[in-house]
Amino acid sequence: MTREEIIEAIKDIIHTIAPDEDLSNLNTSERLRDQIELDSMDFLDIVMELRKRYGVQIPEEEYKELATLDGCVAYLGPKLAGKSLKVGV
Amino acid sequence: MGDTKEQRYFKGSTDGKAPSRTDPLKGAKERYDLIVIGSGLGGLTAANLLARAGHSVAILEQHYNFGGLATWFKRRGGHVFDVSLHGFPVGMKKTCRKYWNAEIADSIQRLDGIRFENPQFTLDTEFTRADFTDKLVTVFGLERARVEAFYAELAGMNFYDDAGETVGQLFERHFPGRNDVHRLLLEPISYANGSTMEDPAIAYGIVFSNFMSQGVYTFQGGTDKLVRAMKAELEKNGVDLFNKVQVERVVVEGGAVRGVLAEGRFLGAHAVISNANLKSTVERLVGAEHVSPAFLAGVRGVRLNNSSTQVYLGIREGEELPWVTDLLFTSTRATFDSPALCDLHGESRTFSFYYPKTRPGSNRATIVSSTNARWSDWAHLDDAAYEREKARLVADTLDALDRHVPGVRAKIDHVEAATPRTFAFYTQHPEGTSFGTKFEGLQYSFDLPKEVRGLYHAGSVGIIMSGWLGAANYGVITANKADAFLRAELPEAPAKDVLVPRPAPLPAPLPQDTATTRQGTTA
Repeated sequence: MTREEIIEAIKDIIHTIAPDEDLSNLNTSERLRDQIELDSMDFLDIVMELRKRYGVQIPEEEYKELATLDGCVAYLGPKLAGKSLKVGV
Repeated sequence: MGDTKEQRYFKGSTDGKAPSRTDPLKGAKERYDLIVIGSGLGGLTAANLLARAGHSVAILEQHYNFGGLATWFKRRGGHVFDVSLHGFPVGMKKTCRKYWNAEIADSIQRLDGIRFENPQFTLDTEFTRADFTDKLVTVFGLERARVEAFYAELAGMNFYDDAGETVGQLFERHFPGRNDVHRLLLEPISYANGSTMEDPAIAYGIVFSNFMSQGVYTFQGGTDKLVRAMKAELEKNGVDLFNKVQVERVVVEGGAVRGVLAEGRFLGAHAVISNANLKSTVERLVGAEHVSPAFLAGVRGVRLNNSSTQVYLGIREGEELPWVTDLLFTSTRATFDSPALCDLHGESRTFSFYYPKTRPGSNRATIVSSTNARWSDWAHLDDAAYEREKARLVADTLDALDRHVPGVRAKIDHVEAATPRTFAFYTQHPEGTSFGTKFEGLQYSFDLPKEVRGLYHAGSVGIIMSGWLGAANYGVITANKADAFLRAELPEAPAKDVLVPRPAPLPAPLPQDTATTRQGTTA
């Protein structure tokens, strides 16, 4: 997956968890939780959805790597290499 | 639900449980990806999530109703009593929308009235941060900045912060010597999850920030409607649900879960989530021999939370219950202290008034009075003393209620009391605990999979993971861990009908005494 696809993948997951949030103007270097209403349970949902859609296993101590969209790209890039984007599932 | 059949099955807190005449495990598969023991809101939510994730899941529940303490019962005269519907935080709406469905989430409605009445203050509150702040300024005479600083500190607390400070110390730091303020801030939380002044401030702070901030909510249609809707959703997602099934033990071999033994039958499973009490999970279901001595000693040292009493009052058909409020925190005790909330025949209780709006379309009303209680005050009474104390509990409750609803006795045609023994009987919780274990239980609940591969726990622990919202969310947290395990174990098998064959020999026959819990209750 490309950088843009990873961001798209994360945004699509967030959209299913928090459908009322506007995701069009997210800053990729700022913490997601500072920009939209995401609590710790929502964060867990992102982790579960990544596992379900892409088979990505993220150990609990590495959840913090997903705090920003840039962080997601850096951390998930190698794990999502060769996988194709699944949106709207 | 078929009333007469169910009432025959569970006749009451002093009766035994009649053996089921039909096979409660009829239709069960030989093995599942995951078996959930116990169907409290944590167990149900975990099961739903894991089934939606593609795993094959079964729920085994010892009672005839699913829901655990989120339960109800019917009595002659058309009464339906809700046991724990009193009220929960707004977060339950989001949790139900995400982990259940829109229909369930949309039935969650805000309560209209919450009142405190005690010798220190009487007030009606919206139970919001803004309203509590106003009341603390106008009724209690505190500086607004001090109140806002308290809210701000609690909102900033993180679960992993230092747990050194107690609730009492936190209160003294912010509002020294103000027992009335401490009462306002702690009493509702104490009834919601058994918190005391001695508990860690951090656990209190997290619950306070969730609960005493945006009002109190209820499930319109009653607990029966909620559980019916959850059951339908679980069935839709392919979960096999079994009630009246007593799990005798979790079968462990070579440090890993192999399945469960229930009703004398082995059911294989790659993973098990126990929604039973933490201590009974380890000592009764797993067995001391399957965990390390250090872990066992730790679990044995975990304190149980308190139990409860309740008095269920049914308003006669055709009689009207005048509006008082939805939730009334009441006491005749001059000052507040935590141990006194559990006293036998103490002076404090909450009344939940269930008007016809609870079940739209019905014209019936009930009142449920609840107190916190100690197992030790009730456990060893002989039959005569037990009946005497129950009668006094009922009489005291009616006296207290009459002060708020004068003449209410004449409108009531059903009165029934539940004690810690009743809670122990129906839930099988040790010492009838209503809120699981104290704070220290959380670490052992988290660490259980390190002791037994594939075994997870989602019962009430540590105050935070308690109450309707806490229980449901803890089910999600545990489901996430079990899902990670199952996907690592069965990388290609999330499809429900493709089960990876795995060596799972039947366990050796068990000694007789491990399978006798069914008759062993004397509540």
